Amino acid sequence: MKNKGLASFYSILIFFLALTGFAQMPIFKRYYIADIPGLGWLDRFYITHYMHYIGAIIFFAFSAYMIVSYIMEKKTRITISGYIRLAILEAIAVTGILLVLRNFPGYIFAPNFIIFLNFAHLGLVMVLLFVSLYCVSFKKKWVLEKY
Amino acid sequence: MNKNISRRAFLKGSIAAACTISASAVPCTAQKTGREKHLATLIDIRKCIGCGECVEACREANAEKYPVPKKPFPKMYPERSKPEDWSDKKEDRDQLTPYNWLFIQTLYLNINGEESSLTIPRRCMHCVNPPCVKLCPWGAAKQFENGISQIDDSLCFGGSKCKNVCPWKIPQRQSGVGLYLDVMPSLAGNGVMYKCDRCYTRLAKGENPACIDACPEEVQTIGPRDEIIKQAHALAKEINGYIYGEKENGGTNTIYVSPVPFEELNKAAAKGEPHLKTVHDTMSDANKLASAMIIAPFAGAAAAFGKYYKSAKNS
Repeated sequence: MKNKGLASFYSILIFFLALTGFAQMPIFKRYYIADIPGLGWLDRFYITHYMHYIGAIIFFAFSAYMIVSYIMEKKTRITISGYIRLAILEAIAVTGILLVLRNFPGYIFAPNFIIFLNFAHLGLVMVLLFVSLYCVSFKKKWVLEKY
Repeated sequence: MNKNISRRAFLKGSIAAACTISASAVPCTAQKTGREKHLATLIDIRKCIGCGECVEACREANAEKYPVPKKPFPKMYPERSKPEDWSDKKEDRDQLTPYNWLFIQTLYLNINGEESSLTIPRRCMHCVNPPCVKLCPWGAAKQFENGISQIDDSLCFGGSKCKNVCPWKIPQRQSGVGLYLDVMPSLAGNGVMYKCDRCYTRLAKGENPACIDACPEEVQTIGPRDEIIKQAHALAKEINGYIYGEKENGGTNTIYVSPVPFEELNKAAAKGEPHLKTVHDTMSDANKLASAMIIAPFAGAAAAFGKYYKSAKNS
């Protein structure tokens, strides 16, 4: 991402999604994080679930905006680390969409597949966070100017 | 830079947007599957005499599933998370515990100036869209095709989220048992959650749940949900009664029919017992947002197109 404003927005969005996603586990009350003033909502599962969905909506809109902008403008090319992050984000989005589907009434997926989805979604987020940390540390860019 | 939009660039942009959108468009089909295969029970409250035969049958049928905790329990860090131990209260039949998945709730009422009482078998309602199953972070709580929800004791960490999100607070925790002992017993998890699984193994063999067969008054009837709902309405009409469970939490697979309004019954329920309040569909709030997930990529793509056209026009 070349635009610093968009890069900051992306970072905040991923942080928000990760926070509300981790809040799906009953850990924030246990570890007193929900006791921090202003963070009490983190131990209210329906609220964090709803917030995670709102974050996902913004993420989908943002992703479409970035993809279409990239294709239309043709000014930049995606780097290898950019492709890696894109692939991880795509996998997180796909597992997330399948989990959204699972949350509708009815038997949609077999229980073992749901276990796989849960672990894959969480595991991929952790991989993304580590990869992002690496990219930030070593100043790996998403895109470079086309020559 | 070429600011003119070629057909190729336009098509590429459209395809990219369509791919993003199609990935999130699947929820449209999700609601088509569901409750037609669900098994439900009808509980005619008038018939229950509170004999407790169903409770005994449940305990006998499920005894082998009950927890055998290892003691002493691991010390928990931080100490806010306390172990829960019901193993010394196995004989307790007056409430839901990991060793008692069904109990008889006795409600004392004043009907038209007369003191009266009603007894009601209480256990998991087996919601059509159970939040305990859908919001379990590991998938340890499962729902089968016939609508039965069950907690897999080999996977459950005992975080108690299922109890927290259950409108009736049904699942109960026993510490000192389960997977958490093999992972990080002091830091993550706290046992296993237990609740009625509607004798799913008996059902798989073509038998009824133990509580239904044991009842001398034939309080419960089991069958496809649609038929049970019809029976419930016919019975309610016949006795001028009331229905609970058809719409609560978006619909459950346990339908109570009572001669007394459930508001009255709920007032008589003791503190800590499962209530009989009206419950809105807890999963529906977030599910309604799924449609916004379909629209969101369109909005994002439109914004990008708009920005590009504006930029092209200005130059």
